[in-house]
Amino acid sequence: MSSLSVVVPTEEFNTPGPADFKLPGVFDIAGEAVTKPMLLVILSAVIAFGLFYAMSRRAAVVPGRLQFAGESVYDFVRNTIARDTIGSHDYAKFVPLLFTIFLFVLINNFFGIIPLIQFPTMSHIGYTTALAGITWVVYNAVGIAKHGFFGYLKHQTVPAGISGPILLALVPLEFFSNIIVRPFTLALRLFATMFAGHLLVILFSLGGEYLLLHYSPHPVGIGAGVISFVLAVGVSFLDMLIMFLQAYVFTLLSAMYISGAVSDEH
Amino acid sequence: MIKTVVLAAAEEEPNPLIPHAAEIILGLVVVAVLYYLISKIVVPNFEKAYAERTTAIEGGLKAAETKQAEADAKLADLEAQLADARHEAARIREEAREQGAAIVAEMREQAQSEASRIVEHGKAQIEAERQQAVTSLRAEVGTLATSLAGRIVGESLDDDQRSARVVERFLSELEGAG
Repeated sequence: MSSLSVVVPTEEFNTPGPADFKLPGVFDIAGEAVTKPMLLVILSAVIAFGLFYAMSRRAAVVPGRLQFAGESVYDFVRNTIARDTIGSHDYAKFVPLLFTIFLFVLINNFFGIIPLIQFPTMSHIGYTTALAGITWVVYNAVGIAKHGFFGYLKHQTVPAGISGPILLALVPLEFFSNIIVRPFTLALRLFATMFAGHLLVILFSLGGEYLLLHYSPHPVGIGAGVISFVLAVGVSFLDMLIMFLQAYVFTLLSAMYISGAVSDEH
Repeated sequence: MIKTVVLAAAEEEPNPLIPHAAEIILGLVVVAVLYYLISKIVVPNFEKAYAERTTAIEGGLKAAETKQAEADAKLADLEAQLADARHEAARIREEAREQGAAIVAEMREQAQSEASRIVEHGKAQIEAERQQAVTSLRAEVGTLATSLAGRIVGESLDDDQRSARVVERFLSELEGAG
């Protein structure tokens, strides 16, 4: 695609694809291009900490408005996700991690819908890989710390109450699903939903623009273009729901993996 | 030719499934920093408020329980005092009644003795007056009788010694006859 084709309107429609997610570097540091998602990731951490520092700074017995808002989110992760999943005995020490993951994913997801930012960081698989890696290391580490290395392997691979030759089939399967597959599904699920959501929004808005301006016959193009933009708005709302749901699901699954690793029984 | 086109297309369409090392590292670092800040500052702040809230509620409940117990104790105390006071009042009333009865009895006795004293005194006075009257009558009657008899007999009975003897004798006879 030459620069000429951008200036001169063409009749051709370039379908948006993975190339739209490969943004050029904003500036370079030591030869490494610093891209928009990199800045967004840092911004998300600043927002997450800044917001919740402000909300918890003067945490009092009777909460103010800010504290109440912060507590609502914190309670959601602490009670609904961590305590209900891990159980009231062990949950407390995992709350900071789960809260961090939840805020980090949620804010980066919502970057996809915030005007001017409009890019979900988690549509770059590198970040979801990092998060899934953290969850994988943590749940295996706490499991090994609790049961011992072989105890933990047995805990994860031998289902309770099953013995005999069936174990020959079950143990590799359980090992595969509980130890190997989990980080991949975690990373892919979050990446794929954010990637697909953003792609859909781009598709409907770019397609709408193309239909409005370049399609002939023109009246058909205008009608279809308006419909396309309406769909873009609809998909954006759906995407917002998914942004929250994926943050919730990622945190909940992390909590469940930790819970499964530290539990006494299956 | 076809090969170069494919290569060009491959270059233009990067595989989104291949993570960049820089992004993984950045993600790990940012999450680590965020985790540190949240676990050191935000979570302790919230947990402190929660703990204070729990303490406040439990303290309030405990205070209410203490107050209730105090109120119960006070009520029991007051009831006991009230019962005591009733008992005391009844005792005092009983005592007063007994005292009153005693006073009435004493008064009655006093009045009776006073009455009998007065009656006795009256009787004694009457007796004394009668005695006096008898004595003076006797003297009078003697004088009258002797003068009367002297008139009748014509004999002077002026001799006091004798006439007195005569009168004595007469009266004695009279008393003896009576």
